[in-house]
Amino acid sequence: MAYHNPDGVMIGLEIHVQLNKLNTKMFCGCSTKYHNDEPNSHVCPVCLGLPGSLPVINEKAVEAAMKIGLALNCEIVPQTQFHRKNYYYPDLPKGFQTTQYDFPIASEGKVFIEGEDGEHVIGITRAHMEEDPGRLLHIGSIDKSKGTMIDYNRSGMALIEIVSEPDMRSPKEARRFLDKLRNIIEYLDVCDTTLEGAMRFDANVSIGGGSRAEVKNISSHKGAERALLFEIVRQKNLLRRGGTVVQETRHFDEARGVTISLRTKEQEHDYRYFPEPDLVPMRVADRTAKVAETLPELPDAKRERFTKEYGMADMHAKALTSEIRTADFYEEVAAKIDAKICTPWVADVLKGELNYRDLTVESFKVDDMVEIIEMVTQDKITEKSAVDVIRAILDSGGSATDIVKEKGLIKVEDDVVSTAVLEVIKENEAAVTDYLGGKEQSLNFLVGQVMKKTRGRADAVQAREMVLASLNK
Amino acid sequence: MITKDEVEHVGWLARIEIDEQDADSYAAHLNTVLEYFGQLDEVDMENVDPTYHVMDVVNVFRKDVVTESLTQEEALENTKSRQDGHFKAPKIM
Ligand SMILES: [Zn+2]
Repeated sequence: MAYHNPDGVMIGLEIHVQLNKLNTKMFCGCSTKYHNDEPNSHVCPVCLGLPGSLPVINEKAVEAAMKIGLALNCEIVPQTQFHRKNYYYPDLPKGFQTTQYDFPIASEGKVFIEGEDGEHVIGITRAHMEEDPGRLLHIGSIDKSKGTMIDYNRSGMALIEIVSEPDMRSPKEARRFLDKLRNIIEYLDVCDTTLEGAMRFDANVSIGGGSRAEVKNISSHKGAERALLFEIVRQKNLLRRGGTVVQETRHFDEARGVTISLRTKEQEHDYRYFPEPDLVPMRVADRTAKVAETLPELPDAKRERFTKEYGMADMHAKALTSEIRTADFYEEVAAKIDAKICTPWVADVLKGELNYRDLTVESFKVDDMVEIIEMVTQDKITEKSAVDVIRAILDSGGSATDIVKEKGLIKVEDDVVSTAVLEVIKENEAAVTDYLGGKEQSLNFLVGQVMKKTRGRADAVQAREMVLASLNK
Repeated sequence: MITKDEVEHVGWLARIEIDEQDADSYAAHLNTVLEYFGQLDEVDMENVDPTYHVMDVVNVFRKDVVTESLTQEEALENTKSRQDGHFKAPKIM
């Protein structure tokens, strides 16, 4: 069913991806591993903007930018250079940000997402390279601030800014797009998205073809969905009361879940962009084929291969390939256990338990998964026990073998079950008569008694069959 | 034509205070500069590529190898305005 987009919502996103997997910053040799270090201990004359210092482009940052561009199905520009975007703010020690302007390194791409009505294409306008500003800390609360403290460790980190077309029709689609983008970035191994500030977002929102508001300062996917929901409701209410939406920049206050108007006196032309005279142009389009060779198999391609190679449903393939770590985990398990058997264990059971606990697949060992599934296929433990073992490992650690031993989960032998069945039938004459007289629930009662006698180690389905067999003799 | 208001706006962008008398005089100066650009506009540039850089060099890169950074003490050496290992600036917003 086609999605009609009743409010005419149009959302475009700008995503900043910090290339924190590089060893060094964009224009200097300062290390990118500053996250646990003292402020202003990863800085040099270049990233502090001291007079006389000269930037030099990190070649690996260019390669990473091209990788991202290609993964987003973009064209790589024949020639590009950096520009200075001029504005005075204490997070920019030079008084300008080095960025790309009229020739972004990559442009005109697209990304496929699960939209409101099936597959939906999000256009990628451009992806360009720029440097990260420093980090500002307000002394005291914002309204009673006594000053601002600045840490330039982040200053000069390589960023890729990805700009989408306003192709998302709901906050949900925006979130799906961000999830997809994060997956692609993780596949490319250019950014550790778990580090603070690794991915930051701005959003453009308009409804019914009106002016768009720009929402800044969104730092999580959940935050993006909330900020957009708030902004759409705000614009709808404004229109209902006869007002008009003005083009403006708004700040998302994550704690309160609201967006607040920011008065900015600066206009686009006030940035006075001009070509950075300290850096010569780049002509790297001829490297495209070589960079393309280094691209890993991306989520969409992997999903398709999983359905073919392992004969699984698309739903399972999608669940397994949405994160590269899960996909790799699955393939290691599938190398040891038939895909038909292990697919639901990883895609449904393990992934469900992980999601429930907000954990990643790193919390689980491939060997434990293989062992648990083997114990089930060899009839040593019941499926229910297997799920209990998975839960126990996630909740309190330990190995599958130990947990099975500790909890006494090894399935009892068939003859123990048949003894239990005979005893139960003997001890519960009334229930047996009831069942034979047509009272179906009595069967459940009898099976329950068998489970109780075997302390739950019998397989419920099997116990039921054995009770039935004895009754019908 | 550059007006006094525009001079004041550019001054604000650069966080420079410009008093009224100066603003008038800067506007006059800037207008003379603009006139020179007017002359440049008259040159026929039909078949000339734009110049992005005065040197005809492209692709100057460095390897992704860490070099030594300054120490925090060295980084803060030139400022009196500091707090807890940070540079300190006036309040913003
Ligand atoms: Zn540096």
